[in-house]
Amino acid sequence: MSADAGNKHAGAPVSARLGIWAFLATELLLFGGLFTAYTVFRISYPDLFHLQHLKLNRILGASNTVILLTSSLSMALAIAAIRQGQRKLMEIGVATTLFCGACFLGIKYLEWSEDFARGLFPRSNLFFGLYFVMTGLHGLHVILGMAVMVWLLIKGRQGVFSGDYNTPVEITGLYWHFVDIIWIYLFPLFYLVG
Amino acid sequence: MDHAPEATAGHHGSYLAEKTLRSWALTLDHKRIGVLYICTTLFFFLVGGVVALLLRLKLLTPGPALFSDHTYNVLFTIHGAIMIFLFVIPAIPSSLGNFFIPLMIGARDVVFPRLNLFSYWCFVAGIVVILGSLVSPMDTGWTFYTPYSEQTSAAVTVLSGGLFLVGLSSILTGLNFIVTIHTMRAPGMTWYRMPLFIWAMYATSVIQVLATPVIGITFILLAAERVLGIGFFDPAKGGDPLLFQHFFWFYSHPVVYVMILPAMGIISEVVPVFSRKPIFGYRAIAYSALAIAFIGFLVWGHHMFVSGMGTLAGIVFSFLTFFVAVPTGVKIFNWIATLYRGSISLDSPMLYALTFIFLFIIGGLTGLFLGSLATDVHVHDTYFLVAHFHYTMMGGTVMGLFAGLHYWFPKVTGRMLNEKLAKYAWGLILVGFNLTFFPMFILGMQGMPRRYAEYPAKYQGLNIVATVGSWVLALGVFLMFLNFIRSLRRGGLAPDNPWRGLTLEWSTSSPPPEENFAEIPTVSEWPYNYGEKPERRTEGKRER
Repeated sequence: MSADAGNKHAGAPVSARLGIWAFLATELLLFGGLFTAYTVFRISYPDLFHLQHLKLNRILGASNTVILLTSSLSMALAIAAIRQGQRKLMEIGVATTLFCGACFLGIKYLEWSEDFARGLFPRSNLFFGLYFVMTGLHGLHVILGMAVMVWLLIKGRQGVFSGDYNTPVEITGLYWHFVDIIWIYLFPLFYLVG
Repeated sequence: MDHAPEATAGHHGSYLAEKTLRSWALTLDHKRIGVLYICTTLFFFLVGGVVALLLRLKLLTPGPALFSDHTYNVLFTIHGAIMIFLFVIPAIPSSLGNFFIPLMIGARDVVFPRLNLFSYWCFVAGIVVILGSLVSPMDTGWTFYTPYSEQTSAAVTVLSGGLFLVGLSSILTGLNFIVTIHTMRAPGMTWYRMPLFIWAMYATSVIQVLATPVIGITFILLAAERVLGIGFFDPAKGGDPLLFQHFFWFYSHPVVYVMILPAMGIISEVVPVFSRKPIFGYRAIAYSALAIAFIGFLVWGHHMFVSGMGTLAGIVFSFLTFFVAVPTGVKIFNWIATLYRGSISLDSPMLYALTFIFLFIIGGLTGLFLGSLATDVHVHDTYFLVAHFHYTMMGGTVMGLFAGLHYWFPKVTGRMLNEKLAKYAWGLILVGFNLTFFPMFILGMQGMPRRYAEYPAKYQGLNIVATVGSWVLALGVFLMFLNFIRSLRRGGLAPDNPWRGLTLEWSTSSPPPEENFAEIPTVSEWPYNYGEKPERRTEGKRER
C-alpha cells in the first residue's frame, strides 16, 4: 500500500494544482485576518500610522520589493525551463530564487536590528505590533519557501524532474508568487502610508 | 505490500488484516486513518462527557458543592473546548468522511494519502500540546474572549498553539477531500450521481479550508499578545476586544456547519435506505448544503448582538441568520417527503436518523429565537442558549454521528451490532437527552445565566431534572459503547450489504479489502433507486 500510494494516482498535476490553489486560499484567509486588523486600526488611528511609518527605512523596503520581484521572475523562468526539459536552467532559476530569498531575509534582519536598536518593539504601539507580526509571518513563509527550494535543488540534482514530471517545481512556484504578492501589499501598507 | 492493487482480482484481504502497531501508525489507508480518527474522537467524547456529568452533578444544588468556583470555570472550559475542537468538529468529517468518501465515490483512496496521515498526526500533536496546557488549565470558557484571556495566568499561549495544530489538521483534511471529490470519482459518477453524503462533505470541506485559517491567525495573535505584549485586543493599549470577537466568530460560526452538514449528509443516506424510497428533492438537498456553507459565512455577527456592535449591523446579521434557516428547512422537508408513504423499517440507524430530525427541528427553530434581536437581548447568555446549542450539536450532530456509526458499523468492522441492545441504548439516550436539555429552555426563559457555578434556589427543581437526565443519557451512551465493544468480538458476521443500500460502499465486502474494490466500479445512475418500481432516472430531478 505505502509503496504504490504515489503511483496509483497517475495524472497528479490536476489534483496537485487544485490542492495548491486550495492551500493558497487558506493562506489568503490567514493573512486576511491580519489585513483586516490593519484596516481597522488604520481607520481608528490614522495619525499614529502616519507618524510611525516615518520610522521605517523606505530604501531597504523598496530594495526588498525589487529583490522579491526578481525572485518571482527567476522562479517563473525555472518552471518554463523544466517544462522544456532543461534541468540545468531550472537549477539556475531555483538557485537564483533561493539567493534572492536569502537577500530578502538578510535585509529584513538588518531592518529589524535597526528597529530594535532604536527601541522599536512589537509592544511599542499598534503600528509596530502589526508591522512585526505581519512581516514576521511573511518572513516565515519566505523561509518555508526557501526550505522547499533546497529540496527542489537536491531532487533536481538527482534528475527527478523532467519535461514530463515537474509538478513540485510548478506548485512551489505558485506558492512563491503568492508569498511575493503578500509582500507587494505589505510594502505600501507599511512603508508608504500617505 | 508492493503489489499493484489492480492486478489482484481474486482474493482480497480485509483492510484490517495486518495487526501490528506500526501498520496502524504509519498507514496510508484512508480506512485505517478513518478508524484512528473514530477511536480518538470517541475517546474525547467520553472524556468531555464525564466532565459534563461532573458539572451537572455540581449543579444539583444551588450553593457551593463538590469543587471550587474556579474549578467549575476550568471544568466547563475543558468540557467546551474538548467537545468542540477534539470531538464535534472532526467527529464526522475526519472519521466517517475519511472512511467513506473514497468508498462512496468508487476510489481506492483519497488523493493525497500521505497528507492524510500527516493530518492525523498533526491532530494528535495538537492534542498533546492541548493536554500540556492543563498544567495551568484554562478558565476562560471555550470562546477565549479578550481581554480576560490576556490577563489570566492560565496557559493560553500553549493552548493556542495546540488548537492551531488541530486547525491545521482540519484544513489539510478538508483540502484533501475537496481535491479527492473533484478528481477521484469513479467513471460515470457525475456530480449529480454522487451520494448526498459526498455533497455534504464537499460543502463541509470548503468551510474547513476557508474558515479555519481565520481562527488560526486569531490564535497566533492571541499568543503574540501574551508573549510580545502587543495590544490588538486590549483596550488599555488602544486595541479592540470586539475585533477578537469578530475574528473568533468568523470561524466559530461557520464551523457549526462543519459540525452539522456531515450529519445532515448521513441522514440523507439513512432515510431513503430505511424508507425504501428514492430520496425526495436530490438537487435541493445538494444545493442547500452549498447554500448553508455560503450563507454560514455571513452570519457570525449574531453572536455579538449584545457586544455593542451597532444596530444596523445587528439588523443585517439578524436577517441573514433567518436566511440560513431556509436551506435548512429545505433539507428537513425533503427528508420528511422521502418518509412519506415509504416502507419504513425502524432499525437502529433509522431510529437515530428520525431522532436527528425531531431534535434538530427543535434546535433549529430555537435558533431563530436567538437570531431575532429583541428576544436575543432577553435570552442571551442564559441556559436557553445552552439548550439550543445542545439540541443542534448533540441532538443534531451527535445523533447523526450515532446514526452513521450504527449504519456503517457492519461495513467498518465486518460485524453486526446487537440490535436489541442498540434500541435500549437509543431509548435511554432519547429520554435522557430531552430530560437533560429541555428544562434548560425553560430555565433560560426564566433568566438563569449560563456559566455560573451557583444559582438562585428557585431554579433548583428543573436543575435536578436536568442532572437526573444526564445520568439517563450517560447510561444510554454507556450501553451503546458496550454494544460497540461487545459486537467487535461477538457480533454476527456482517453480510456485504445488510441494509440493501445502493451506494458504492455496499458493493464491496464487509470489511472492505485494502484496495476498496476488486475492480473500480462504473456508475450509470444515481444511488437512490429504492422501492418496488425503480424510477427510470439516471440522476437527480432533471435529465441533463
